Amino acid sequence: MNIIETFNLRKEYDSLVALDNLNLQIEEGEIFGLLGPNGAGKTTTLMTLTTLIKPTSGTAKVNGFDIVREPSSVRKSIGIVFQDPSSDDILTGYENLKLHGMLYSMPVTLREQRIKEVLKLVDLEDRKDDQVKKYSGGMRRRLEIARGLMHHPKVLFLDEPTLGLDPQSRENIWKYIEHLSNEEKISLILTTHYMEEVDRLCGKLAIIDKGKIVALDSPSNLKRIIGGDVVIMKINNLDLEVMRRFPFIKNIESKNGLYYLTVINASENLQQIFQAAGKVESVEIHSPTLNDVFLHFTGREIREESPEGGWGQRVMNLRSNK
Amino acid sequence: MNEINGIIAIWYREFKVFLREKSRIIASIVNPILWLLIFGGGLGSNVSITGINYQTFIYPGILIQAVLFSSIFFGVYIVWDRKIDFLKEVLVAPISRTSIFIGKIIGGATDALIQSLILLLIGIIFGKLGIIPGLQFGLIAFFISLIILLITTTSMVSIGLIIGSRMESPEGFQLITSFLLFPIFFLSGALFPINKLPAWLAPLTFIDPLTYAVDSLRNVILGTSQFTLSFDLGIITLFSIVIIIIGTFAFEKMKV
Repeated sequence: MNIIETFNLRKEYDSLVALDNLNLQIEEGEIFGLLGPNGAGKTTTLMTLTTLIKPTSGTAKVNGFDIVREPSSVRKSIGIVFQDPSSDDILTGYENLKLHGMLYSMPVTLREQRIKEVLKLVDLEDRKDDQVKKYSGGMRRRLEIARGLMHHPKVLFLDEPTLGLDPQSRENIWKYIEHLSNEEKISLILTTHYMEEVDRLCGKLAIIDKGKIVALDSPSNLKRIIGGDVVIMKINNLDLEVMRRFPFIKNIESKNGLYYLTVINASENLQQIFQAAGKVESVEIHSPTLNDVFLHFTGREIREESPEGGWGQRVMNLRSNK
Repeated sequence: MNEINGIIAIWYREFKVFLREKSRIIASIVNPILWLLIFGGGLGSNVSITGINYQTFIYPGILIQAVLFSSIFFGVYIVWDRKIDFLKEVLVAPISRTSIFIGKIIGGATDALIQSLILLLIGIIFGKLGIIPGLQFGLIAFFISLIILLITTTSMVSIGLIIGSRMESPEGFQLITSFLLFPIFFLSGALFPINKLPAWLAPLTFIDPLTYAVDSLRNVILGTSQFTLSFDLGIITLFSIVIIIIGTFAFEKMKV
């Protein structure tokens, strides 16, 4: 059964098309990743599916309920962990959870029992009576994950759950997400622009770019699409004509002075490539990663689209326009 | 039932925050006392109005002022809620925006009511001690005053929330409200009697809804007023209802 299904979901802001007739099906019970650079439409997708913003046209079903016509039923079926902290830091962890239980009309005994359960799930029992302002970033994220689970939602949305966390906290959050996927009967949908996160957690992922789904499959299947190993060479003037004649080279792309070759059985065929290529300054071989998959489908590397990179790019564009 | 629980939840949060922010409570009491003692005491040593010492005369007006300022400024918390994304957590819950608005009004009104209660008690004590000469009112006046202040605060909290629902930054909120607060306060006759005003000023005070709140409170506490109590109460109640209706629309249209 599909826990989420979108039908030509479209969202426009003035002249910007944030979601371009999105059609997506997500099966119940899996951890689903929505991968894309900043501004690709991940958060807009999430905000629309959680009824916080209305689509311009098209619709979607979450847990069988229509997001436009039955927003209240949709809201009861979902939990969400927002990208930015959304707990009240003057209240304690416990009070934030209690408030959430009240907002969702949970009966008192069930609420108190559930608070204990979710606090245990994210290991915050000891800190429950501390004000949230005394929590670390990772603890606060954990509290908000616990809060999202309070009312037994069918789907939990996580918007960039590890953004801005140090590697250790990130590892920690991943463990909790894996753990709760096993413990609770729940579908998890997370947006991210971290490849490791998708690789580690997601059974299935959609690559979203400019408001469109450009690929949808399991991480391993997507990597298989690359169809070979990735050889990255630094070299002056690679003779592309010669290279293309090799039957084992499936694809060649050049980026930032580096050549990315997709090679079948790279370890056996490398010698031939070297002989034909001439003087190679450096070489790197690896099996395909999601980064390669992303490059394959969007023609860009995801890291170029990080906030810093994007900003730098814009500055460069401004300069060259002058 | 969901909606009632939602309203209680919103109120619960506002009240917890209010209790934890001690400086807010203290400031909301200290400022009116300074007005009464320094401004009222200073002018009162020379001025009396219709036989009432000036310091005593402005006591009802200062009560309204205190409630006015804390009620409208309460709206800034929704701007903060938006800034820290707490607003999203509330908006994504399965309750209507009207319930969120009502919960917020009750939250803000609770703060103002606690403030009013303390200021009324201080009034009684100051009257007894002779710090505010001739200020005396009984239990009935005490409770009717609380009701008047409650009706006033619901409309003023609503105005603050309506402005807050449109604002992206606390600074913008401060700017807009300070433009609004001072005319409403000065025109309400909180600091002067409204029976002998110049022709250009009188109409302005009459369109200020707060004028009727001040007048009714003066009626109850000092026994002097321009209009009848039922007329005053009618006006402020009607105004509250209209503003609350406008507020529910503003919340319906509020962006995330």
